[in-house]
Amino acid sequence: MRLWGDKLAMFTFWGYQAFIVMAALGYVTGVTQSKEYAEPEWYADIWLTIVWVSYLLVYLMTCIKRKEPHLYVANWFYLAFIITVAVLHLGNNVSIPVEFMGTKSYSAWAGVQSAMIQWWYGHNAVGFFLTAGFLGMMYYFIPKQAERPVYSYRLSIVHFWSLIFIYIWAGPHHLHYTALPDWAQTLGMTFSIMLWMPSWGGMINGVMTLSGAWHKLREDPIIQFMIIALAFYGMSTFEGPLMSIRAVNSLSHYTDWTIGHVHSGALGWVGFISFGALYYMVPRLWGRDRLYSTKLVSLHLWIATIGIVFYIAAMWIAGVMQGLMWRTYDDMGFLSYSFVETVMAMKPFYAIRAMGGILYLTGALIMVYNFWRTIRGDVSAKEQRTQLQGATA
Amino acid sequence: MSDKKSNKNSAGAHKDIDEVSGVETTGHSWDGLKELNNPLPRWWVWVFIICIIWSIWYFVVYPSWPVPGGATEGMGGYTQYKELEESQAEIRARQDVYLERFENASLNEILNDPELYAFAIAGGAAAFKDNCATCHGTGAEGGKGYPNLNDDDWLWGGKLDEIHQTLTHGIRAGGLDTRVSQMPAFGKEGLLTRDEVNNVVDFVLSLSHPHQGDETHGDVPQEYLAAGAEIFQQQCASCHGPDAKGKHEFGAPNLTDAIWLYGGDRETIFKTVYNARGGMMPAWGERLDENTIKQLTVYLHQLGGGEKDDAPVLIPATAEEAIEDNGQHAEPEQQPAE
Repeated sequence: MRLWGDKLAMFTFWGYQAFIVMAALGYVTGVTQSKEYAEPEWYADIWLTIVWVSYLLVYLMTCIKRKEPHLYVANWFYLAFIITVAVLHLGNNVSIPVEFMGTKSYSAWAGVQSAMIQWWYGHNAVGFFLTAGFLGMMYYFIPKQAERPVYSYRLSIVHFWSLIFIYIWAGPHHLHYTALPDWAQTLGMTFSIMLWMPSWGGMINGVMTLSGAWHKLREDPIIQFMIIALAFYGMSTFEGPLMSIRAVNSLSHYTDWTIGHVHSGALGWVGFISFGALYYMVPRLWGRDRLYSTKLVSLHLWIATIGIVFYIAAMWIAGVMQGLMWRTYDDMGFLSYSFVETVMAMKPFYAIRAMGGILYLTGALIMVYNFWRTIRGDVSAKEQRTQLQGATA
Repeated sequence: MSDKKSNKNSAGAHKDIDEVSGVETTGHSWDGLKELNNPLPRWWVWVFIICIIWSIWYFVVYPSWPVPGGATEGMGGYTQYKELEESQAEIRARQDVYLERFENASLNEILNDPELYAFAIAGGAAAFKDNCATCHGTGAEGGKGYPNLNDDDWLWGGKLDEIHQTLTHGIRAGGLDTRVSQMPAFGKEGLLTRDEVNNVVDFVLSLSHPHQGDETHGDVPQEYLAAGAEIFQQQCASCHGPDAKGKHEFGAPNLTDAIWLYGGDRETIFKTVYNARGGMMPAWGERLDENTIKQLTVYLHQLGGGEKDDAPVLIPATAEEAIEDNGQHAEPEQQPAE
């Protein structure tokens, strides 16, 4: 069935592209409200709000006039994503423009309130965009690719609602040992701990969907992409609660451990589930029977996986080392290391990180090549031969 | 993990059983996707409950919920300020072993007390890396415009009290006691013609390159050098000394050695004479406490080039290197290491 409102859907697409251009122009010309992940100024924020409302409208109307009686779990996650991102966007970007023909504005929030709202926004952008949105994708593409029913309907309900309810509280763990009152830090930390199982519910449901079809995990690199994505998802959603514990955070905060954590989520979970979804969609969108080469999918998988492992292992070691160096005092009560020494100590790990990133990018380029050949209608000669042999045998 | 029991319980007239797992589905179908009716994994439920119980315990012990007029304080009496004070107290206790004795000791006494000396070096090294390394380098090796502090070539003096004075009040940092001098921009201000500047540059170069005029060092006519020497005595000697070995009271560098603050090639020396130089260092007395300044003084003094103090050193310094260093650098005419 088609999306509701063709024209509005087109507006959503091009409007969002226009927003990206506006945001990027702001970055390069120094027009910023200096908020992490919320740099664009008020004019871009208003434009994004209009685009986002049209997105919500297209989505809701499509759901309303659906022909299927049921609303599948993927749809709940998508709706949660769209609505919550809208709320976050509006909340964090309240500001008063101060120039008639200019771009400058002042935030409605100040001081520690501003920091708290910023991290309520920032953390839930991760929670509702990079977690909920991509769980929505996972819930669709894994059962599709595995050709299996999703493992547990009950688990999907319970983990959806517990995730939605608990996630929104966890933001203050970004502000441990700051001017944020102790009580708010405690709440952020405890809700992060309680978030562990609701996060893992999605992983369990995704991985267990393969029950009865485990052989596909051995044979199908697209399934492998999706399952490794869930493994990284499970790892980073365990690591997150761990890092939210105040004592752990006193070591990890402001170090590259945090960078390693977000990249295991971004490259491993968000990236891999997207690659899996793209490998599923591209042949279908261009009406091809199959991908140009399954071997290349496998190559992409391993190069990218090794890349992530290099990347995050380097950042873990660098981050823990950095944190330990910052807090080391000698017997006479003097700091043992200066900041610049910690930077110098991290240099080899930055080289490893760069190498990991290059591997990851190389994998993505292999995917692009595979898509290009797929869209042209090519099939790798070697794989075609094997396929034919399989058919005649 | 398929649970057969749940099938029995939910047996109905139109139940849809998944053939592979034998588990009943919910009967829903969306774009061909079905859902198994598996129960929640037991361990998942239990870990979730344990996390919630742990959080409730945490709420009881720590400050956690906002209430009218503040927030619950928790039974543990925790605040992050207390935690900060505790860890600061731990560090302070380590310093307190030495601090009182250190405060009351003169720089010379510190040099002659093994414990205080070690304390000063430790504190000085830490303070140096945090405050001084930005300009002077982590190894105090210096850079263009920033003196190397490992050698015995001092602009404003390398005795303990001289180093202390420079650190406390800075160089050209404003304030009554700061180190101040101003080299004239001989060329720019028209004090010397371009030719005269060239002559004096050739002369200055010849001081550190005694073979000027031979094959290795190019060919500068003797009359240029003579002219340069004459200008030097008129214009430069008052600060740099008639022998060009520099004067600490003006921060005027020794021009006869191989150490150059801004560069010793001809072009750079020309620029230096033509436009003049004058570096700046902050008055660290405004930023660091007196103990830290004292630690830095001792630390810098022992880096390699500390000059002997006027006051007699009663006992030789503790570390053997320090003794050797003091001996070595006692002779002011010493050729620099480079």
